[in-house]
Amino acid sequence: MRELSLNILDIAENSISAGASLIDISLILRDKRLSVNIRDNGRGMSREFLKTVTDPFTTSRTTRKVGVGIPFFKMAAEMTGGSFDIESTVGEGTLTSAVFITDSVDFIPLGDIGETVGTLIMHAPLISFSLKIDVNGKIYEFDTMEIKDVLGEDVPIDNPEVIDFIKNTINENFYNINGGSIL
Amino acid sequence: MKSIEELKAIKAKVQAELNTRDAVGDADTRIVVGMATCGIAAGARPVLNAFLEEVKNRHLSGVKVTQTGCLGMCRLEPMVEVYVPGKDKVTYIKITPDAVKKIIAEHIVNGNVVSEYVIRNNN
Repeated sequence: MRELSLNILDIAENSISAGASLIDISLILRDKRLSVNIRDNGRGMSREFLKTVTDPFTTSRTTRKVGVGIPFFKMAAEMTGGSFDIESTVGEGTLTSAVFITDSVDFIPLGDIGETVGTLIMHAPLISFSLKIDVNGKIYEFDTMEIKDVLGEDVPIDNPEVIDFIKNTINENFYNINGGSIL
Repeated sequence: MKSIEELKAIKAKVQAELNTRDAVGDADTRIVVGMATCGIAAGARPVLNAFLEEVKNRHLSGVKVTQTGCLGMCRLEPMVEVYVPGKDKVTYIKITPDAVKKIIAEHIVNGNVVSEYVIRNNN
């Protein structure tokens, strides 16, 4: 993956496949440590299956929705000297998290997080997505519920104009709290 | 900074467009982009968003851009399927944002399939 935000998109697509109605993404930067968390309330995974999800070669065909996406994400984090963790409970949901060391030469740039969130909303407009970005205590929060409150019943959230607004508003706010630069 | 006021203005504009469209009653053309790990890694996200951008800029009502999982031929990603009502499905392979502009202009708007990106037997 050329951008970390593409890994995030890929992991969140698993949450959509798992039947989640709520997907929360958080990015927390503390100096050179970036924590990325993707939490959903989907169907979750069994203990046995959870043990194998980080291994691309033991993933069985019937559980293809996981595939190589998780191993890619884990590798991207561990390459920087960071870490990876996944917790899941059947019937409750899954939390996938990774820590990245941002000054490592192997840190993949975060890239276009606004486009990742816009893409997820287009794919699953009925799901509630939230995004929290915390840059050394400066916080920006986005929630599709707030957008839907403004739009009401008549205008769908996956309308191209609305998605464009969402992508831009996320990227602009991120740019502002990160002191005029992107990661 | 983007504001709620701006979103409200977009809402009003979209509502007006939707009302016009209801009166016309177009059938939907669907553009489906493969968005599994293979697609994403090959560049499907910018492709999807390029379609969205073109649809928005050209005010193409009656065109829906959607996503699906793996289309089964990972090495040919990003793959895109175009469904025009009453026509055969067209499968495009190895699509880039530049190819998107061509597909929208020639296929979606003018009805001519862009043969250079269509999947073939020997791909």
